[in-house]
Amino acid sequence: MADFEPVLMANMQREDSHTLAAYEKAGGYAALKRALREMQPKGVVDLVKRSGLRGRGGAGFPTGLKWTFLPQETRGPVYFCLNADESEPGTFNNRVLMEQDPHQVLEGLILSCFATCATTAYFYMRYEFPLAWRRVQAAIDECYSAGYLGSNILGSGYSLNVYLHRGAGAYICGEETGLIESLEGKRAWPRIKPPFPAVEGAFRRPTVVNNVETVACVTHIVARGAEWFRSMGVPPDPADPRDPGSFGPKLYCLSGHVERPGCYEAPMGLPVRELIDRFGGGIWKGRRAKAAIPGGISMGLLRADEFDCRLDFASPARYGCLGLGTAAVVVLDETVSMVDFLHNSCRFFAHESCGQCTPCREGTAWSLRMLDRIRAGRGRWKDLDLLLEIGDSIGIIPGSTICGLSDGAAWPIKNAIRKFRAEFEDYIRQSNPQGYLETAPVAALDSTGSH
Amino acid sequence: MATVIIDGQEIQLAEGERLNGVQAAARAGIEIPHYCWHPGLSVVASCRMCLVEVGRRDDKTGKIAMQPKLVPACQTPATDGTVFVTNSKKVADARAMVEEDLLLRHPVDCPICDKAGECLLQDYHFRYGQETRRADIKPFTSRRRELGPAVTLFVDRCVMCSRCVRFCREVAGTSELMVANRGAHEEIDVFPGFPLANKLSGNVVDLCPVGALGDRDFLYQQRVWFMKGHSHVCANCSAGCSIRIDENQDQIYRIKPRENPQVNRWWICDEGRYGWKHVHDPNRCVTAQKRQAAGAAPMEWSPLIAELDTRLRRSRRLAAVVSPHLTVEEAYLLCRYVREIDAEAALVLGPVPQSDGDEKYPGGFTIRAEKCPNRRGVEQIITHFAGECAGWEHFLERLTKERFDAVWVSGGYCSQWHDAAAADRFSSADILIVQDLFALPLMRRADYQLPGAAYPERDGSYVNHAGRLQSFGWAIRPPAGAMVEGQLYWRLLKRPGLYQSRAVLDEVARDILYFRAAAEPVPETGVDLNCTPAAGAP
Ligand SMILES: Cc1cc2nc3c(=O)[nH]c(=O)nc-3n(C[C@H](O)[C@H](O)[C@H](O)COP(=O)(O)O)c2cc1C
Ligand code: SF4
Ligand code: SF4
Ligand code: FES
Repeated sequence: MADFEPVLMANMQREDSHTLAAYEKAGGYAALKRALREMQPKGVVDLVKRSGLRGRGGAGFPTGLKWTFLPQETRGPVYFCLNADESEPGTFNNRVLMEQDPHQVLEGLILSCFATCATTAYFYMRYEFPLAWRRVQAAIDECYSAGYLGSNILGSGYSLNVYLHRGAGAYICGEETGLIESLEGKRAWPRIKPPFPAVEGAFRRPTVVNNVETVACVTHIVARGAEWFRSMGVPPDPADPRDPGSFGPKLYCLSGHVERPGCYEAPMGLPVRELIDRFGGGIWKGRRAKAAIPGGISMGLLRADEFDCRLDFASPARYGCLGLGTAAVVVLDETVSMVDFLHNSCRFFAHESCGQCTPCREGTAWSLRMLDRIRAGRGRWKDLDLLLEIGDSIGIIPGSTICGLSDGAAWPIKNAIRKFRAEFEDYIRQSNPQGYLETAPVAALDSTGSH
Repeated sequence: MATVIIDGQEIQLAEGERLNGVQAAARAGIEIPHYCWHPGLSVVASCRMCLVEVGRRDDKTGKIAMQPKLVPACQTPATDGTVFVTNSKKVADARAMVEEDLLLRHPVDCPICDKAGECLLQDYHFRYGQETRRADIKPFTSRRRELGPAVTLFVDRCVMCSRCVRFCREVAGTSELMVANRGAHEEIDVFPGFPLANKLSGNVVDLCPVGALGDRDFLYQQRVWFMKGHSHVCANCSAGCSIRIDENQDQIYRIKPRENPQVNRWWICDEGRYGWKHVHDPNRCVTAQKRQAAGAAPMEWSPLIAELDTRLRRSRRLAAVVSPHLTVEEAYLLCRYVREIDAEAALVLGPVPQSDGDEKYPGGFTIRAEKCPNRRGVEQIITHFAGECAGWEHFLERLTKERFDAVWVSGGYCSQWHDAAAADRFSSADILIVQDLFALPLMRRADYQLPGAAYPERDGSYVNHAGRLQSFGWAIRPPAGAMVEGQLYWRLLKRPGLYQSRAVLDEVARDILYFRAAAEPVPETGVDLNCTPAAGAP
C-alpha cells in the first residue's frame, strides 16, 4: 500500500486547484473528451460495472448495477441527482472534493449523466457549505463557457444542464428519496419503496441518485480503466456469495482525538489503526484510544481493541457495526464518557428524525429523554434495557421504519451499551445510588435540556 | 384468480381485484390495526401499526418462504401466493411497540375527549397494547388551537398519521393543513392567515383516528356511546350523499358520511354535515291548524283529516305542488290521492333551489348546484301521472288565469322557499292546504296549516342527480304535533295501520317503468335506476 498514489486528491495540492485552468492543466476533462468521442453510454455503464465501484454515500450499492435499473425504454427525461447533502456526523470528504476540486466532481457528473442518458442533473448541496457552493457554481459556469455543459457538448450531440440546488438544512435531505422530495419543494419525508427512484424518482421520472465521491471515482475509472480500479481494495469474501468486494481509492475522514485530523486518501480496506497512526499521527496528547466511530455516527462504535477492523464495505459488520458508511472515523480518547457519547448521538437523531415513522420519531425522542435523565443523575439500570429494546426494534433492518436514519440511530445505542455496558452501569449506580435499581416508571425531568 | 393466505386461512380474490394486506385480511375476518392507511388516501406507510410478516408460497412446491423483516400490510399488495402472518409474537411485539410509542407523549385525557369510545388509539391499546407504562411519568400538556371555523385541534392527542394533511391535499385540493416542525416536535397546523375553511373540512374529523381533530359543532355535546346511528341520505343537494345520523332521544348531535362507493365514497360536505340545524329549530310549526275568520285555530289530526278528505272529495278541480324534498313514496301517494279525486288534477314540481354551479373537488367529490334531494324522483312520479312535469314558475303563471277548488302545497325546505307575492297567487283557491316546516307566507294564508317533517324524520327513497335511488328509514321522530307527509297521505288514502314506505315503493316499481330496479330490495348503497334491464325497453 506504500506505493499508492492519491488520485482523488491529486489535484488538490496545486494552486487554484478549484479552477478550470488548473484542472485542465492536470489533464482534466481528457476522460470526458475521450468518452464522448469513443464511447457509447452503455459502454460507460459496462465499464463502471466491471470496475466494481460501489456507492460512497453510505449504502455501498454497486453503482453500475444501480444505473441498469433505469427503464430501458423510456420516453421523456431521466434525471440525475448528485447527492452533496453530506450531513453524516464526522463526514467531510464531499466538501473537500467540492471546495478543492469541483471540476473533478463535475467531470464525473457529466460522465455519469452521459452513461445514464440524463440530460438534466440536479446538484443537491447541503445548505451549510457556502464555499463549496460558490466554487461549484463558478465551476459550472466555467463548464458552460468551455462547452463541457449545455447543448451539444464538445460537438458530441450530447446535451446536459446542471442545476445547483441548495439543500433545506436537514440531515434527512441526504436520504435519496428525502432529497428528491426536498428537490421538488416538499418536506423531506423519505418515500416508501417501491417504486425505487430508478423507476419513479424526481418529478415522477426515472432518477439516479449518486454521491459526490462516487461520481468523482467515475472520472478516474473512465480515465484509467476498470482494471486499474480493481487493482486496489479488498476482493469479495469467498465465504459470502453476496459480497461484491470493495475496490478503488477512498477518501477517509479522520477526526476526533487524533493529532492530525483530516481527509486522507488510501485504497479501500485501510485498517482503522493504520488510519489513526500513519495518517492521523496517533491519539492526541499522548492519550490512549477508547473507541472510534467507523464510518459516520450511524455505523456504531468500535472499541479500541477492535481497531484492526478494515475500512471496507464488509469488515465493520464483522465487529457488530452497521457498515462502512461514509468511512468517516471519529476517534474517542480514554477521557470520553460513553454516556456523553451516546447522549450526543441520541440528541442528533432525535433532532434529525423526519418524524414520519412512529418507531423512529418516538424511539429517538424517548432514548434522548432517558439519556437526559441518566445524565441528570436519575438513571436506572432498567433504562439500559429499554434503550437496547429501542435500538433493536427501530430501523429498516427490522422493518419498522421507512428509511435508514433509524438504523443509524439504533447502532450507536446498541454498540455503546453492549460494548461498554459496565461503564454505563457504573455511571448510573454512582450518580444515582438510591434509585439505580428502580424498575417502576419514574418521574420525568421537568424539562429536557436537549432539543 | 389469486389465492392469498392469511394466518393459514386461504382466501380467493376475484379477477383483477387489487387489495392490500389490510383489506385482504379483513376479507378473512382478521383485523390488521392501522392508523395512517385509509382507502381514500394515498399510501404513506408511516404509522407502522400494520406491520406483519409476509412471505410467498411457491406454486409448484407449496413451500412458503418468509421475508426476514416486518413489512407494512398497507403497502403490501395481496397477490397470488402472498402469505400474511398477523398473529406471530414478532407482529404482536411490533404493535405493542407502536402503541407504547404513541402513548409516550399522549395526554390520555380520554374522560374529556369526544373521540373516546370510537378512538382507534383506545381500541388498539386494549387489543394490542401493553398493560403497564414503562416510560417516565410526566404531567401531560393539552394544547388546543382552532384550525378553522369547523375544526379544532387538540395538538397533543395527534398520532401524526397525516391523514388530515393528505385529505386536504388530495381530496379537497386546498392544502391548508401541514406538518410543522420535525421529529417528536411535529405538529399539525395551518399557515397563519390560511385557516382550514374549505367546504369539505369536516371530513378531517372523521378521518382522524384519534381525538386530535374535534368538530367544533359537536364538541362536548354528547358521548358517542349514548348515540344511535341511522343510515340516511343527505337532503342538502342532489348528490344524495349517504350519511349516518347520530341521535339520542330524537335529538340529532351530528351527521357523518356513510361509505358509498357509488355516491360519496367516504366524504360529505360541510353543508350536509351541518345542514340539519333547522330540524331542531324552535320556530318549527308543530300544531295543525285551521284558518277561520277569527284566526287560526288548532285542530286535532284525526278530525282534521276526516274533514279535509270530505271537503276535497267534494271539490272538482284540484292542484298539488309536489316538493322535491318529498320522498319518491310520498310524492307517489300525494299524486295518487289528488288524481283519485280529480283525474285531471294539476301536478306541479315545487321550486328547485339552485346555487351558482356544481362545486367539483380534485378528489372527485362534487357538491351539486341543485339544493334539494329528490327533484328527479318527483319529476318521474309527476310525469307518470300527468304525462309531463310542470314547474313552479309555470304554475304561478297559471294561477293568475285559472281557478282551482283546492290546492295542496307540500314544502319541507329548510329555508324561505317562496315570497309573499308567490303566496298571493294562491288566493283564488277555495281550499289551500299547506304542509311545511315553517310559518312562511303560504302557510299563513292556508286554510289548513299542517306541520310536516324534516328529512331525518322521513322514511322512503330519494333519487339523486345521477338516477341512483337510495332508501332509508327515519332517524328521529318528528316533533310532537307534526305529521310526516307519508303518514298523512297514507291515512287520506285510507290505508290500514302505519305508513309503510317499502309497500309504496313496491307499488311504484310495479307501476312506473323508471323505478323498476327498485322492485328488488334496495342495497345500502342504493340502486342505479338507469341500468334497469327493462328501462327504455317497454
Ligand atoms: C438518513 C440518511 C442520510 C443520508 N445522507 C446522505 C448524504 O448526505 N449523502 C449521500 O451521498 N448519501 C446519503 N445517504 C445515502 C443515500 O440515501 C443514497 O444511498 C446515496 O446517495 C446513493 O449514492 P451512492 O450510491 O453513490 O452512494 C443517506 C442515507 C440516509 C438513510
Ligand atoms: S426512519 Fe425516521 S427519518 Fe426515516 S422516514 Fe422514518 S421517521 Fe423519517
Ligand atoms: S390530527 Fe388526526 S388525522 Fe391529523 S395527523 Fe394527527 S392523528 Fe392524524
Ligand atoms: S397503516 Fe400501514 S403503516 Fe400506517
